[in-house]
Amino acid sequence: MMNKNKMAMVLFIASEAIFFSMLVAAYVYFHIGPQQGPGAADVLNPYKTGFYSVCLFSSSYTIWRAGCNRLASRRRTAGWLVATIILGMAFLFGEAREWDDMIHRNVTISRDLFGTSFFTLTGFHGLHVTVGLIMLGTLLGMTLLGRSDEPRWDAMESVSLYWHFVDAVWVVIFTVVYLWAFL
Amino acid sequence: MSKHPSAASPSSIREVEEYQGLLSWVSSVDHKQIGILYLLASLFFFLFGLSEAASMRIQLARPENHFLSPEQYNQIFTMHGTTMIFLVVMPIMIGLSMYFIPLMIGARDVAFPRLNAFGFWIFFFGGLLLYFSFIGGGAPVAGWFGYAPLSEKAYSFSPGQDYWAVALLLTGTGSIASAVNIIVTTFTMRAPGMSIWRTPLFVWMTMINGFLLLFAIPALNAALVMLLVDRNLNGFFFQTSHGGSALLWQHYFWFFGHPEVYIMILPVFGIISEVIPVFCRKTIYGYGFLAASTVAIGFLSFAVWAHHMFATGIGFPMYYVFAGASFLIAVPTGIKIWNWIATMWGGSIRFATAMLFATAFIIQFTVGGLSGIAFAAVPIDWQLTDSYFVVAHFHYTLLGGSLFGIMAGIYYWYPKMTGRLLSEKIGKVHFWLMVIGFNGTFFPMHLMGLYGMPRRVFTYPDLPHLGALNLFSSISAAVLIFSLLIFFYNLAISLYRGEVAGDNPWEGWSLEWATSSPPPPHNFEKVPPIRHRRPLWDYQHPDLPDPVFEGTRHDE
Repeated sequence: MMNKNKMAMVLFIASEAIFFSMLVAAYVYFHIGPQQGPGAADVLNPYKTGFYSVCLFSSSYTIWRAGCNRLASRRRTAGWLVATIILGMAFLFGEAREWDDMIHRNVTISRDLFGTSFFTLTGFHGLHVTVGLIMLGTLLGMTLLGRSDEPRWDAMESVSLYWHFVDAVWVVIFTVVYLWAFL
Repeated sequence: MSKHPSAASPSSIREVEEYQGLLSWVSSVDHKQIGILYLLASLFFFLFGLSEAASMRIQLARPENHFLSPEQYNQIFTMHGTTMIFLVVMPIMIGLSMYFIPLMIGARDVAFPRLNAFGFWIFFFGGLLLYFSFIGGGAPVAGWFGYAPLSEKAYSFSPGQDYWAVALLLTGTGSIASAVNIIVTTFTMRAPGMSIWRTPLFVWMTMINGFLLLFAIPALNAALVMLLVDRNLNGFFFQTSHGGSALLWQHYFWFFGHPEVYIMILPVFGIISEVIPVFCRKTIYGYGFLAASTVAIGFLSFAVWAHHMFATGIGFPMYYVFAGASFLIAVPTGIKIWNWIATMWGGSIRFATAMLFATAFIIQFTVGGLSGIAFAAVPIDWQLTDSYFVVAHFHYTLLGGSLFGIMAGIYYWYPKMTGRLLSEKIGKVHFWLMVIGFNGTFFPMHLMGLYGMPRRVFTYPDLPHLGALNLFSSISAAVLIFSLLIFFYNLAISLYRGEVAGDNPWEGWSLEWATSSPPPPHNFEKVPPIRHRRPLWDYQHPDLPDPVFEGTRHDE
């Protein structure tokens, strides 16, 4: 029988997957139709965002390493968790810079349908990354200050599952929003 | 298992030491207290929903009436629909699930007691927020379906629509939390011997319902945040004047909305599947079919949403697919109806109030189901959509179906929850008045719809028959509401004057009847051994054990 915390996380992720499917579908729906004004290809920078995306993708590796070291060494676990948090924050920083850049060029959520669907989609993803960072921070706190059995394996694995999910959503968003526009 | 309450345990919920004082309820993480809080909060909102229904029926009692202004009427019917669906039927289902799933599977509590409390309170405050809209600038006016762009700022400027969206986001979040809790509890908390094929059908159906909640609500949440972006950040998702799409809202809303109607009926199927065997003194007929047809309904419910959109001109392949799927979903539902009838067939039926409600449920739900099948045919849908025929149809399923089933459940389980029986005498009066009032109110609406009376409009012209039918409907609605007031009275008076129930007043066979009424905070002193689907039958008749069913192993 599955661990109840992990199972709850899997179910929650399944529910969130529907939520993101809806936002992605909305973006696609409006992107297929005729564009008014600048579209994705005119305002996005696939190289810069590509770099920050690699940060996020590689954080899936670092959190896996943190899990591997949970029993062996608390210091190494903490180190890999810190690396994960830094990579996640780097991604958020990149996203913030991109938004800032776009808003300065007057591409906003209330400019056209591209703006509306782009900012809603990436905004909700960024919100989920932020929640993930809070979870990772909690794990880090438990690793450094917790009892000898903390963080428990199911806590570690549940947060990992969530973090991988946030990553996977970005794979879809990066493909649909960036690669589709430039390839 | 005697009629007398177990020694030492209190015979009324009012005497349970751990449940004394307001603080013990507000701070509770006990699944039984939270279940009761869900029921109380739902009954509280039910009073609002009823008064809205009463206002509408007064307004419609005669043609060209001016009891309500068009603006007020829009607010009232929007609030009536939203309240009854999100603040009454859904939370009653979740409350009963939270109360009875752990008892039925022999667990101490749900898997996540604090998440359970979170789910309740976020639902409750979400509901209060929805009603705050009345004093916060006007209630929402775009209907429970909130069709965009009508719900956009250009057409609904008052903040009511924002209150509506935020309130539904909150209650929806609570529903997802509850769904996770229900599923995980069912999968991980079952007592030794309680294999999944031995769990009561109520557990089966609420568990499947959990999956429906889990996958349907996020579609609504996505649509709601998109609407909020449009309204508050000047986005364009649904603003047709700027290239947005009105159809997108309908697709998203009904992708949620159709599973939602099954969300409101599946747990009731579970209640009926518990009540009928106990009052017919027979095992349920076709347990496996009842469980599996629920799974089939679960899958199909996600493949029929566009039958709400036949009138939007979505085109021919879509008509075939969604009409076909909608006809198909009648099959597993029909299987259930036959199973219940087959269970009653040849049984020694005791028509206690719970059983009366269950019987009326089968008949009325079938009427609602038949008008539903009629709607699956595209030409009939085109003819009758947006008429009172639709109002008749979904009230037969949701009131004649869900609410009657809920009543069966409350009359069945009230003694377990409180330790006192509901008065059968008052219950029978309640039942008959409710049957008369309900059918009198909603049956004429089929005819009004056929005569072409449009729904969602504050009044109607003085055409032949319409005035008389509406007056009859309004008078019957008064009877219906009166019957519900009797129900409220029964709930209150029986708590103080009701007959002491004892552990197992109906001689049921599932585990909730194995503990005292009300159950102690820790649920069970000792869970009886579970070797079959009816653990209490085995316990009471060790010489006559149930036969072993396929899928259940003796040695588990």
